[in-house]
Amino acid sequence: MEAFTTLNGIVAPLDRPNVDTDAIIPKQFLKSIKRSGFGPNLFDEWRYLDQGQPGEDCSKRPVNPDFVLNQTRYQNTQIMLGRDNFGCGSSREHAPWAFYDYGISCIIAPSFADIFYSNSFKNGILLIKLDTKVIDCLFKEVEATVGYKLNIDLEAQSITTPSDESITFEIDGALKHRLLNGLDDIGLSLKNSEDIQAYEERQKLLTPWLFSH
Amino acid sequence: MPTQTLYDKLWDAHVVRENEDGTSLIYIDRHLIHEVTSPQAFEGLKLAGRKPWRIDANLAVSDHNVPTTDRSEPIKDPISKLQLDTLDSNCAEWDITQFDIHDPRQGIVHVIGPEQGASLPGMTIVCGDSHTSTHGGLGALAFGIGTSEVEHTLATQCLILRKSKNMLVKVNGAVGKGITAKDIILAIIGKIGTAGGTGYAMEFAGKAIESLSMEGRMTLCNMAIEAGARAGFVAVDNKTIEFVKNRPYSPKGEDWDKAVTYWNNLHTDEGANFDNIIELEAENIGPQVTWGTSPEMVVSVSDVVPDPTQEPDAVKAEGMANALAYMDLKPGTPITDIRISRVFIGSCTNSRIEDMRAAAEIAKTGKVAENVTEAIVVPGSGLVKAQAEQEGLDQIFIDAGFEWREPGCSMCLGMNPDRLEPQEHCASTSNRNFEGRQGPGGRTHLVSPAMAAAAAIAGHFVDVRDIGNGESK
Repeated sequence: MEAFTTLNGIVAPLDRPNVDTDAIIPKQFLKSIKRSGFGPNLFDEWRYLDQGQPGEDCSKRPVNPDFVLNQTRYQNTQIMLGRDNFGCGSSREHAPWAFYDYGISCIIAPSFADIFYSNSFKNGILLIKLDTKVIDCLFKEVEATVGYKLNIDLEAQSITTPSDESITFEIDGALKHRLLNGLDDIGLSLKNSEDIQAYEERQKLLTPWLFSH
Repeated sequence: MPTQTLYDKLWDAHVVRENEDGTSLIYIDRHLIHEVTSPQAFEGLKLAGRKPWRIDANLAVSDHNVPTTDRSEPIKDPISKLQLDTLDSNCAEWDITQFDIHDPRQGIVHVIGPEQGASLPGMTIVCGDSHTSTHGGLGALAFGIGTSEVEHTLATQCLILRKSKNMLVKVNGAVGKGITAKDIILAIIGKIGTAGGTGYAMEFAGKAIESLSMEGRMTLCNMAIEAGARAGFVAVDNKTIEFVKNRPYSPKGEDWDKAVTYWNNLHTDEGANFDNIIELEAENIGPQVTWGTSPEMVVSVSDVVPDPTQEPDAVKAEGMANALAYMDLKPGTPITDIRISRVFIGSCTNSRIEDMRAAAEIAKTGKVAENVTEAIVVPGSGLVKAQAEQEGLDQIFIDAGFEWREPGCSMCLGMNPDRLEPQEHCASTSNRNFEGRQGPGGRTHLVSPAMAAAAAIAGHFVDVRDIGNGESK
């Protein structure tokens, strides 16, 4: 996984609550057996006017001019601003893969669904939770200013607005450490192989039926 | 010893080690695998030169992509076929037990786990699918994971987790006639919202929950994720133990006795602390129908479509207005005036034998309405299908004009050929009414199996309690 340290990027507002993972990456694209290439199909049903199929060249498809990521001012978006319960629904990791492949590596919202939250951090995407009032202000600022960018510093846990206002955010220390260093969870866990084996030996005596199949 | 919740007990029994950063390494007893979220995990494992930690803890089945029509025909979609073939070859390579699409035990992963006794009380159970919470109906700690965690589970038989908070959802009293587990969980989601359980492990308790059958408890826990909780569960009781007995993977002999003693402690201690408690009165719950594009957009069948202008929260009001536009519904419309053209009875929420029986009971009362172009019944597994056929339920459905299909996830998410056409309204026993979930532009209304069957016959929603044969489960 790639490390996330700082990011200075264009912000796109997605002003609706409960953005679900079916909307982020529709089912037909889950048939892929790869981790990459989902970017062109991020928000496929909102972004295009036709029905997308896997493997199709998206550059020739009719786009929905109203959808935020299709507007000229939001080209090259790297940060998405969202509402409550962002990423709800299915556990598909194709959702963070699609954001990352598109070029969005930070999402700011008042709340996120648990599985999407966990999946995103495992793929180098920083999710920032902020108070609804702060989010409301950011929505107003983003919509009022073409080319609105935010500067994110994970180490300092701070967001700087174009008017040099600084917003601090809270984040789980363990997630922060892993993201800053781009650490591989599996490698870390396997360092504890002896603990896992010792646990299994204990459990074979206590709950032997769990080891008979 | 301090008093503990069921979640505390399940958690404590699986802590391998507590890490310095406050996370814990949690042991996973059962890993269920399906074709959609596993190929990249197996690939990652191989690229890193790793191998599965414990082969026998894994059980694999193809369910999302499988056609529900004649299985002897080759799979037409080459991309679906590649994904199914990839699961076959990954399981063959690592010698992981798999029920392939020709195996009589094949079915939806969340139906076959409990059916085989591969999901047991007290276990930690994970699967790369958010509806893994289903298995919590057995008193297990079961939750959905992403593909990175599938790979982590394969490689280490553990996951790095931070403990959730404890939430109790108590449903007091008894439900009325015709009210099912599906109505209870939809009513809960309607009350607390789809983010109400975020960050919590959700225990369901109270008289109405204790009265549910095991199938009903699985339906309930299945949709804990739709209330925001990654895991939902119900304490073990005699019904749980009777359900688990004599299944292929269940413990036998001396192990069985030991297991029963262990399982009998799987309940919340008197006086244990919850971070959040929600209470509902069962008698107030009517047959539920969703009208919007989030499971929290739900009302009783006797209600009307709500009016966004009456909603004080501006963001919520806009969400409601968007949903009504997508669903092509007007505020104030009686739910019973909503006409449907498709019906789907199935999914990991409602495809067990009781669901088939409840739907068949209603199907007996008439024929599928003319405006309903297709009504399909998709049993949850090959064994549910066989049982239903033995009871003659397939013939009841066929005689009433329903199609009787092969098991799989089917039109819950339409990864296989079963999907809605744009603008079609569907009475569906599945779990998500998101935009495009059942097909681009499709309009999903979530209901119980009896309500779906009743809508199929009437051509619009009707109150199943008026039909007189609705049985509580």
